[in-house]
Amino acid sequence: MVSFAAVAKHYPGGQQALKDVTFSLEPGEMVFMTGRSGAGKSTLLKLIPAIERPTAGSVIVNGQNVGALKRSAVPYLRRNIGLVFQDQKLLYDRSVYDNVMLPLSFSAHPAKEAARRARAALDKVGLLARERANPIQLSGGEQQRVAIARAVVNRPGLLVADEPTANLDAESAARILDIFVAFHQVGVTVVIATHDEGLVSRYGKRVLRLDAGRLA
Amino acid sequence: MRAWLRHHREALWAGLRRLSYLNAIVVGIALALPTGGYAVLESLRPAGARLALEPRISLFLEPELRRADAEALGKRLSADPRVETVRFVPREDALKEMSAIQGLSEVIAALGRNPLPDAFVVTTRQDIAAELGKLPGVAYVQADAVWARRLAAAAAVVELGLSLLTLLLGAALVAVTFNTIRLQILTRRDEIEVSKLLGATDAFIGRPFYYLGFLQGIVGGVVALALVAVALALLNREVATLAESYGSNFRVGFLPTLEALGALLGAGVLGWMGARLSVRRHLRAIEPS
Repeated sequence: MVSFAAVAKHYPGGQQALKDVTFSLEPGEMVFMTGRSGAGKSTLLKLIPAIERPTAGSVIVNGQNVGALKRSAVPYLRRNIGLVFQDQKLLYDRSVYDNVMLPLSFSAHPAKEAARRARAALDKVGLLARERANPIQLSGGEQQRVAIARAVVNRPGLLVADEPTANLDAESAARILDIFVAFHQVGVTVVIATHDEGLVSRYGKRVLRLDAGRLA
Repeated sequence: MRAWLRHHREALWAGLRRLSYLNAIVVGIALALPTGGYAVLESLRPAGARLALEPRISLFLEPELRRADAEALGKRLSADPRVETVRFVPREDALKEMSAIQGLSEVIAALGRNPLPDAFVVTTRQDIAAELGKLPGVAYVQADAVWARRLAAAAAVVELGLSLLTLLLGAALVAVTFNTIRLQILTRRDEIEVSKLLGATDAFIGRPFYYLGFLQGIVGGVVALALVAVALALLNREVATLAESYGSNFRVGFLPTLEALGALLGAGVLGWMGARLSVRRHLRAIEPS
């Protein structure tokens, strides 16, 4: 599903974010990525949907070499990856429902099918009743669940979440992680970056530990 | 195919929603100048063309010249191969024609006698006015061809000026659209960034902006045509009075339908070009990080 081979990433200015990172994820696997702030977790996750490109080594996602991908091919790669961010990146000029509909507007789904999928995704995260609300009216945990609904509405095979629980209380965080586990149980490959090792240990999944840009 | 149509329909609506009517009015005012100028020029063209096609020379005869000598002169003119037509205008007819013009009849009545000489109106394509002036019995020559040439030269200058103005304001339309789209892209930065993260192609994100540019041009063109129509209606009220005093029913006509549609489409295309330049430059600059 995802494989990194001897991946390095330098940022302009000499900062080395990743050094010789090698690992692979099997289809349907759920993995936690831990490490302190600045250890390179975000950089690593950004390489998967080609938000960043590796300086050296290769990143293969769904059989495609992401580092060599043409600019015009990137959108199609991203449609098969559900992305969830620490700052949900919701649009506050439209309703919860319209936020979830956004990824469907790019692709070729008939209007009825798209509406059905958007409602199904909102139902899975328990927010169907709030579909008319503006995201700003929701709590942080609820906003993160809207972001998850938006990430899964295209039914991607891979979910990538960067610190999805960072700003949430323990109860909300547990609920978010339960949702990711539920997607993993139906066959979706899930990668979650978090600095909260206590939360990770409860799930008994594989853990990749990053330390100063290297896998420990 | 269906999805493609739907994407275009949605982009068209999005473009319409983002349309600023104030901007379209600015575009319209800019376009009204060359459009109106063109309408006036096109209306004058038939009159100018007639003058240029049939250059006329008027020969006014000496007042004391006898009718028999005038007839002899007429025969001589008709025999000249360079002359195409010759028309004799007796002084009585000239007086009648002049009396028909409003305001002049009283003046002529007050004179008591006919002050007008007999005249020949000659059409020719050659510059023989000076030569005809030397014929015996001819008192004064007036060559309309000189006027026709001056008018044609003046029209050419005006036409060149209009072309330059059109070019300049066309460039202004592209620049205005470029800037409109730039501002639109900047205010939608978040939406664009999120859309790129979720897998929207540049073509999808850019499409509403292309429609916006095109629509702004079209609406600007409609505003321009409306302004020209109103201006011509006002202008023609004065032109009618002036033309009637010359015994003419001349009016400044509106643009022919084909030209009007062409102006609309041209404005749309220029708007689209402005949008394209702006999208290419500014959309690429927004990348999620």
